[in-house]
Order: sequence, then structure tokens, then C-alpha cells
Amino acid sequence: MVFWAAIALALAPQGAFAQDAAEAPVAEAAPAEAAAAPAGDAAPAAGGYEPLGPEWIKGQPTAGGWDVQDQFSPIGDTASGLHVGLMWVMGLICIFVLALLVWVIVRYRRGANPTPSKTTHNTFIEVVWTLVPVLILVGIAVPSISLLSDQYESPPEDAVTIKVTGYQWYWGYGYPDNGGFEVISNMMPEDEAKAKGLPALLEVDNRMVVPVDTPLRIQTTAADVIHSFAVPSLWFKIDAVPGRLNERLLTIDEPGIYYGQCSELCGARHGYMPIAVEALPRDQWEAWVRSQPGGSVGDEAEAAPAAPAAAPAAEGGEAAPENADGAEAAAATN
Amino acid sequence: MATTAEGFQAHTEDEHHDADHKPGFFARWFMSTNHKDIGTLYLIFAICAGIIGGAISGIMRAELAEPGIQILTQAWPLGASEEGFDAALHHWNVLVTAHGLIMVFFMVMPAMIGGFGNWFVPLMIGAPDMAFPRMNNISFWLTAAGFVSLMISTVVPGAAAGSGAGTGWTVYAPLATYGHDGPAVDFVIFSLHLAGAGSILGATNFITTIFNMRAPGMTLHKMPLFVWSVLITAFLLLLALPVLAAAITMLLTDRNFGTTFFDPAGGGDPVLYQHLFWFFGHPEVYIMILPGFGMVSQIVATFSRKPVFGYLGMAYAMVAIGVVGFVVWAHHMYTVGLDVNTKMYFTAATMVIAVPTGVKIFSWIATMWGGSLEFKSPMVWALGFIFLFTVGGVTGVYLANGGVDDVVHDTYFVVAHFHYVLSMGAVFSLFAGFYYWFPKMSGRMHSELLAHIHFWGFFIGVNVIFFPQHFLGWQGMPRRYPDYAEGYAYWNEISSVGYTIMAVSMLVFFVNLAYAFIAGKRAAPNYWGEGATTLEWTLSSPPPYHQFETLPVIEESQGYHDHRPAAATPATS
Repeated sequence: MVFWAAIALALAPQGAFAQDAAEAPVAEAAPAEAAAAPAGDAAPAAGGYEPLGPEWIKGQPTAGGWDVQDQFSPIGDTASGLHVGLMWVMGLICIFVLALLVWVIVRYRRGANPTPSKTTHNTFIEVVWTLVPVLILVGIAVPSISLLSDQYESPPEDAVTIKVTGYQWYWGYGYPDNGGFEVISNMMPEDEAKAKGLPALLEVDNRMVVPVDTPLRIQTTAADVIHSFAVPSLWFKIDAVPGRLNERLLTIDEPGIYYGQCSELCGARHGYMPIAVEALPRDQWEAWVRSQPGGSVGDEAEAAPAAPAAAPAAEGGEAAPENADGAEAAAATN
Repeated sequence: MATTAEGFQAHTEDEHHDADHKPGFFARWFMSTNHKDIGTLYLIFAICAGIIGGAISGIMRAELAEPGIQILTQAWPLGASEEGFDAALHHWNVLVTAHGLIMVFFMVMPAMIGGFGNWFVPLMIGAPDMAFPRMNNISFWLTAAGFVSLMISTVVPGAAAGSGAGTGWTVYAPLATYGHDGPAVDFVIFSLHLAGAGSILGATNFITTIFNMRAPGMTLHKMPLFVWSVLITAFLLLLALPVLAAAITMLLTDRNFGTTFFDPAGGGDPVLYQHLFWFFGHPEVYIMILPGFGMVSQIVATFSRKPVFGYLGMAYAMVAIGVVGFVVWAHHMYTVGLDVNTKMYFTAATMVIAVPTGVKIFSWIATMWGGSLEFKSPMVWALGFIFLFTVGGVTGVYLANGGVDDVVHDTYFVVAHFHYVLSMGAVFSLFAGFYYWFPKMSGRMHSELLAHIHFWGFFIGVNVIFFPQHFLGWQGMPRRYPDYAEGYAYWNEISSVGYTIMAVSMLVFFVNLAYAFIAGKRAAPNYWGEGATTLEWTLSSPPPYHQFETLPVIEESQGYHDHRPAAATPATS
């Protein structure tokens, strides 16, 4: 779909860039209002879509950051609560053990205690240091198991399906509910990213555009070797395994850009196939969908299924067979 | 039977039987059947492999010191002769793979089990040698041959981008099948087969030795904890390695003979490989740490001048860790798409391991409690071990939670975790054991001052390397990346500085070795004094070439702690 994205970019009026740039300071000054801005201003027409600018970046690493990234999904909120609890447990246990070690080092050094005791057993203390850790672990296990059951909640029927396919070394984002087009997402060249003020090695040419506040049915698979689709700020990671289709529910709370990276060793360019998720308000996302070749929303999907059939030939590559299948299926229906 | 045996006897009756009669150089070191010589070979081998594996991590930390690719585009001895950016990136993967395999199979395991196990299990149980001395020899040479095969793999064609296997130490299919066309992965598989066969033979040897050759009166419940730890480790090896052998054989046939065990195109499943690999792989991490537990128990007791606290609890905690270690493997695979019940089970089962591990940590502290602590070099390394292993242990509990793991799986948090338990757990126990027994093995005392300098340099260095990696992982930096976004630069730079500190401390270690051999004082039979009470301290330093020709006897009145003869004079000299 690089081809189509290029066309979309070419068709976009140059004025749109200027308008976008003018809005940027507003967005920075008042983020709360700005959240609604792109919905109101951008025209929901083909070619009217503009990728969000750097001021919308919400999920990315920060220099010197020492905690998990800020979370923007319901699961992320629950999980980061457990994460904080676990940090306390880890910290306290380490400090407790360190304190005991310092105590024995100081109190029982040879100079302070020349005659060692002969104690080798104390049933009570042994029972205590077995049972107390058991209780701590049970205390961890209860919220941990409930987090797991939340994560495995099935997506509702009206969830938006996005089929993520890992390739060596880029991502494909298919939208089977919206006309079956697939967005091919390659890393944006470092110079281009820097020129645009976007994070190098994380930014891509075509982002995975999704509606905000909507249940997403993320399905992952791979075309060659195993990859892993991971977005730290959404507490989301699921492997893309050839021959398997993994599915997980994802909901994003706020419009914005959320970066991730391939998280399973997949060959030479493993480090250069980043993930950029762009969450837009529903109407703007629908506009984006309609701007895609064959893209449609709701009932339109059944009305025009065969539209993208001609597209894959132009780009070639691994994406072709899948779209060709779609075309065949469409042809059979007709 | 007797006549056949006599026919193979090296010594005839008229030859004077001398405990210190040694064969010539070639026969002694290349056809060795002496457990102490084989142990020495293993230790020298492990040190050489450790230097190579450590140098590789130096290249990696240099590359990661700042964003961008700087170092990999240079020519390096291992692979990467090809030009081009992809070749440099592939070379990174080769380095990652080689570092992991070398450190696991050719540094930690040979040092722990082959080195200290061979040297001290027979000495501690009062046996003249291992049960199968010739098998002991072939175990070593199979391991050495495995290392050669691994080295060859780095210079033969691997993937399209360059030579060497860039699969990671886990050799996951399908990256290791149709992701790597060249023979490099076959050499890696062969390497693991050889090292695995060597380890299985070694494991049978240890089990037979420990079950059959203990000194009269030394019941299982009177064995030193180091012997217990090697016995349990041997069982783990015996049960886990055949599964690895099966997995990599299937990988081999997938690669070369058209099978499709792990290829969905033929009805196979890549995730099956991961299940098989980690069914071996998780016990493997306990294989690497259990002998360390044993050594630390001996050392803490020695320098506290106190018997180990809760001996039976300590022994059976290791048994429990070994048993539970076999039923937690899928926590390495939380993101492959396990179903929810599976993930819940593995979360719960994994956390259970914290209980026996906690028993061990607290028992070591209780051993010191009320003791009379002397901070000789082995003791400071053991104390460092206890604290750093605790840190690695609690991050293990964090990672055990399948839901929480999603954010840090395959990130630097995992790298930090397993280096805290291995690079700091296993390696600290190795250095503790090394300083504890080096004079016993060599007959020369090392410098305590240099050993303490080594400790502090290494302690500070590895913490500066690995502690910031927790933060990198929480921030989301994936593992096995040669390059990273600007946001990860801060902690990576600090981590690379830590490597320099660690590397300098290792120079001190080698200076100390040289010092010991050139100018070290001769070591007395028991140079650690009255706290050292196991049988190896009843022998000279170094022990006679053949020891315990008269078996020591453990009296009914003697417990698990003090095995010295009542008269407290050396049994042999």
C-alpha cells in the first residue's frame, strides 16, 4: 500500500500541511482541547487524512526514564497498578535481605563474636520463613490471575478487527471488516523522521490507524519467521507466529501516537521494524478508512468488496497472495 | 572377569604403587582418567570460553554505548567478513547467539559441574575417583569438540545476510530453519548435540559416583550440600538434555531432510519447538545455579565456623527447586498465544519456586547468625551472591506474573533479570568457589588483597551494567537490538561504562592467578582453619594424585557438618 499512500500524500492539498503546522502550538498549549481538534478540523474526505504530528506522541521511551511508560489502555491501567505493587514487594524484600546481611556482617564478625553458636535448627523460624513467602505470593497471585482473565476477555462482536502480519522486516495491517485493505508499514528513514520531528527508529511511513475508545480485535500472524507485536504504552505484546492466528482485545483510551517495536528475534533487521499505532476519534478514523483503497465502514463493506482487487498488482511483494485471495472470494460472491 | 581386568591393568604387580605416580604429559592431559586432572581441564576450558564470551559482550556493550551502528561495521574475527549494513546487523545476531551459547554451555556448566564437580565431589565423599574415569574423559572432550563446532558455525554461511547463526541461543524455528539457509545452524545443532552428550555422560557418572562411592558411614543425609547440589543437578541434566536433543534433532531434520515438525506449511508448529526447548531450558537455568547454591552453603558455613542452618531444609529445597523447575517452562513463552488457563497455571507454578529459594536465602543468613564471620575472599563473593541472587530472584517473581510480563517480555528487563541470577548469581558463586578451592587445587595461595579488589570491581561493574537494564526494559527496549531510539541512550551509556569497570576487575583476577603461580605461598592442607570441616581439607594441597587409598570412615557420632577423623590428622599426605 506504499503506492496508495504515496498517491494520497500527492493528492493532499499543500495547504493542509500549513494548517496542521499552525495548529501545533495550540495543541501543545491546551492538550485537553486539542484532543478534539483533529476531529473537528480535518475534513472526512478521501485525501483529507493527515498523519498526526509529533505533538500527539503519547507512547514512547523517555531518556533516563526508569519506570514503565505511561499507560493508555484499560489493561495498562490495571496492570500498572499491579506493577507498582510488585515494585514495592521487590524493593522491600531486597531491603529486608540487605538489612539482615548488614546486621550479621556487623554483629557477627569475628571481632565482635569470637565464639560461634552451635545452633543449627529452629523449627519455628523455618516454618515462618516458608509460610510468610507463601502468603506474600498468594497476595500477588490473586490480582495477577484476575489481570490475566481481564486480558483474555473476548472482543465484542462489533469490535474493529485488525490483522497484523509480521514480515521480514516490516508490518502489514489488514482491515478485514473494512474492505480488506492492508497497510504496509516500514520504518521511516532516520533523516526523514528527524526532519519531521518524529522519533527515529520508532516512526514508520504508514501507521496502524485505529479508532480511539473502541474495542479492537487485534489478530497477529506472520508470513515468514516469528515476530512479536508489542506496544509498551498499551501494555500489549503478542507474538506473530506463522501458521497461527493469535487474538487479543485492545482498547485505546486517548487519541495519539503509540510506538512499539518487534519483540521477537526475526533476523538481520529485527531492530528496524517498529510499530506506530495512531488512535483517532471514530469519525476521523472512518475518514481515513474511506481514504484507503477499497476502504469502507459498516454496511458499505458488503456493498463494495471487490474494489481493491486491482491494487495489489501494482505493489507486488508478499502482500499480493492474501489480497488476491480476497479478490477471488469477492469474485465468487459476485 | 578377574583375568580380563588384569589384562587391562596399567600397573603390574611388581611396580611400586605410588599415590603420586603421574603419567607423562600427553597421557596425563589428553587421555586423562583422573578426576582432578579432568576437573582442571574443565576449569581451564571454562576460563578460555569465558574470555571469548566476555569479549563478545564487550563488543556488544561498545556497540550499544550510543545509538546507531558504529562497531559492527568494522571487521571482526568471528564472522562478518561480508560487506554491507545487513551483514553488520546479522553479525550482531551472531554475537548475541555465540555469547549466550558460550556462557551457558561452555563457561558456566563446564566450570560448575565439570570443574568443581569433578574436583570436589570425589574428595568430599571420600572416594578415590569418579565411578567411570574413562567416561569422564570422553565427557570433557565431547564438550571441547562441541565448542569447536560452535566456533566453526560463526565462520560458515548462515543466513542470507552473512555467515554464522543469528538465531539467539534458543535457536527458535522457523528463523533457524528457513530463516537460515547455510550450514551455520547445523554446526550449532551439532555443537549442542556434542555438549549435550558430554553432559549426559557426566551426569550418569556423578549419579553413579555419589550413590555408590561414598565413604563408609556417609549416608545421603550426611553428604556435604555441594555434593547434594551436584547430585540434583545431575538428575536435571539426565532428564532435561534428552528433550533438547530431540528438539534440535527435529530441527536438523526440518532443515535437511524435508520434515515439517516446526513448519506450519506441512502441518507442524513453531510453538512446539519452543515447548520442547524450554522443557529443557528451564531446568537448564537451575542446572547452572544449583551447584552454586552448594558451593555458597559450604563457604558460608566455613567462614561462619558454624554448621549450615537447616541442613535437611537446604537439601530438600534444592530437590524441590529441581522438581518444580520441570513444570514451569512456559513462562518463557507467555506471549506466544497460550490460552488463559495455561497462562494462569504457569503463573502460579512459577511463583511457587520462590518458596524453596527463600528458604535457602534465609538459611544462609541464619547460618551466619550467631557465627564468627571471617571475610576472606570466598566469603565476600558468597555474600555478594546472596544479595544479588535475591535481587534477581524478586525480579523473577515479577516476571512470573503472566499479565505483568506482557510489558517486559523480551525486553532488557528480562536481560537484567537473568544476568542478575546468572552473571551475578552463578558467576559470583563460581568466583567464590574458585577462591575457596584454588589453593587446594594448585597448592598455591592467591593474594587476598587482589581477590578483594577483584570482588569490589566486579560487584560495582556488573551492577552498573545490569541495574539500569531494568529501567530500559520497563521503558520497553527490546532484547537483541543492535541499535535503539534516542530515548534509550541514557541508560545504555551507563551500562557500557559498567562493562569497563567489570573488565578491569577481570584483569585483576588474571594478575592474581599469575601472582599465585609465580610467588604464591604454598598452601597448607587446611588453609581456611577450623571452619573448613569437609573431607577435602584432610588432604594435602594439592591432594595426592590418587587419594583415599584407605577410605575415610564417617563415624555414627559425626553429623553432616564435620567429616574430619576424630584424631583430626590428615588421612593421606
